[in-house]
Amino acid sequence: MKKLGSVLRGLYIALIFVFLYAPVALMIVLSFNETRSAYHWEGFSFWKYEALFNNDTIMEALVSTVVLGLCAAAIATVIGILVCIGMMAMSKRMQGVVTTTANIPLLNADIVTGIALMLFFAAVVGRMSNVTLLISHVTLVLPYVVLNVSSKLRQFDMSIYHAALDLGASPAKAFFKVVLPDIFPGVLAGFLLALTISFDDFTITYFTKGQGLNTLSTMIYTNRIRGILPEYYALSALMFVAILSLILIVQIINMRSAPAVKKTERDMQK
Amino acid sequence: MTNKKNTLLAGPYLIWAVGFIVLPLFMIVYYAFTDKQNRFTFDNIVAAVSDPANLKALGMTLLLAALATAICLVLAYPLALCLTKLRLKRKNSIIFLFILPMWMNFMLQMVAINVIVEDNGVLNSLLTALGLPTVHIANTFGAILLGMVYDYFPFMLLPIFNNVSCLDKDLINASHDLGANGISTFFKVTLPLTLPGVVSGITMVFMPAISDFAIAEMLGGGKIMLIGNVVEQSFNKGQYHQGSGLALLLMVFVLVSSFITDKDGEGEGGTLLP
Repeated sequence: MKKLGSVLRGLYIALIFVFLYAPVALMIVLSFNETRSAYHWEGFSFWKYEALFNNDTIMEALVSTVVLGLCAAAIATVIGILVCIGMMAMSKRMQGVVTTTANIPLLNADIVTGIALMLFFAAVVGRMSNVTLLISHVTLVLPYVVLNVSSKLRQFDMSIYHAALDLGASPAKAFFKVVLPDIFPGVLAGFLLALTISFDDFTITYFTKGQGLNTLSTMIYTNRIRGILPEYYALSALMFVAILSLILIVQIINMRSAPAVKKTERDMQK
Repeated sequence: MTNKKNTLLAGPYLIWAVGFIVLPLFMIVYYAFTDKQNRFTFDNIVAAVSDPANLKALGMTLLLAALATAICLVLAYPLALCLTKLRLKRKNSIIFLFILPMWMNFMLQMVAINVIVEDNGVLNSLLTALGLPTVHIANTFGAILLGMVYDYFPFMLLPIFNNVSCLDKDLINASHDLGANGISTFFKVTLPLTLPGVVSGITMVFMPAISDFAIAEMLGGGKIMLIGNVVEQSFNKGQYHQGSGLALLLMVFVLVSSFITDKDGEGEGGTLLP
């Protein structure tokens, strides 16, 4: 009876696993399929990858997505680190206000955030452009940076910073030499997570982008009437590998830094 | 670093937050309560809840969102229980595997689901090969529902799993020792104790589901109108005031329910990764 239970459990886990991975696995397998549309295997081929790299529209959208993500993540990381340090000097109540505001875009519906930004930019600068898109993406990813950096900063042992000051370092020097190296895993995790969120966004991009520029998401959306292009299979396979690597790095950083903290706590108890 | 002067470092962020988070939200409020001549009016709000087309879209949206949430819950809760029963050293790694597909580009996920459900797609090829009759899901209610369940499933699984895996095993054993069978232990002990995770999961699926327009557009072929589609189309047609009326109601509903259920003040970002 007990054995039956664990077999059924394993079966259920496997079933959901297949459900979640079937779409992406299928896209990867079909990306190597010789034929264009039929769903039977006709032999191994790389032609969809060739078509992908020769498709200027998709390549332009890919470059825009990556450049936008990198810029937004970089700006958000700088602003995020600054506010996290600033928050340390704030009262608990002020900290609460800052965190709640930071969380609004997280909790709010994407369509509302997108429309709000669009109306705001329409009123202030008249029309959407690459700048409005970049500002919107920074707004979108900022909470993720703040969450990651502030949780790492809370773990930081302040007496080390004060020791650096006592030994004659200026506050700025103490920050760059002592604090930043220590919280760096949190900063990097926040940056990479911001990058991933920016890559994945559709709704906010859709409302705040200027004409003529497309990210991958809006490009696929705009071309939806043309159906499923062969290039999409290759694109899916490559994107999955890229995102997998990014998220794995974030995961490894988080796992590595967590036990280290426990170790120092244990040492201190001794 | 607790130097008061350091508070100034929060400056750029505060300017950013006021300028690009708070002010834009007020723009929606402003547009929602004014007409084209910038005169104050309640018409947009009244129209949002009385227009028959809007009500039809609202009904469809609530039905889809409720169904998607229910299916996610029914699938995720047993999975969370099964996963915690596994004897593994690193439980976080196994849950990570189930969250990972979520990070695939959203639009490419939609494309992949279309590849499966198209009339001459993978699903029907499979059914034909097995000698079964084919099904017509593409561009229907069913396709949108499938897309929502697929896309939002991790949001349901994570909070429930976090809750279930923290459950004190002694309480379950105590319940058994006191003579309760498996079923009554589940309903009297396990379920009540994991209710916070369930509520959090329901919010995290229901909220994006009622405001979606992209899934409906990509998988429904533009045939089914949800509230999100109505909002999006009013802005596409340049009807900013009407669109804002509806968007304001959506915003109030989503933010109020989120703040009620999200008492810990921890948004989805904190729980996105195990």
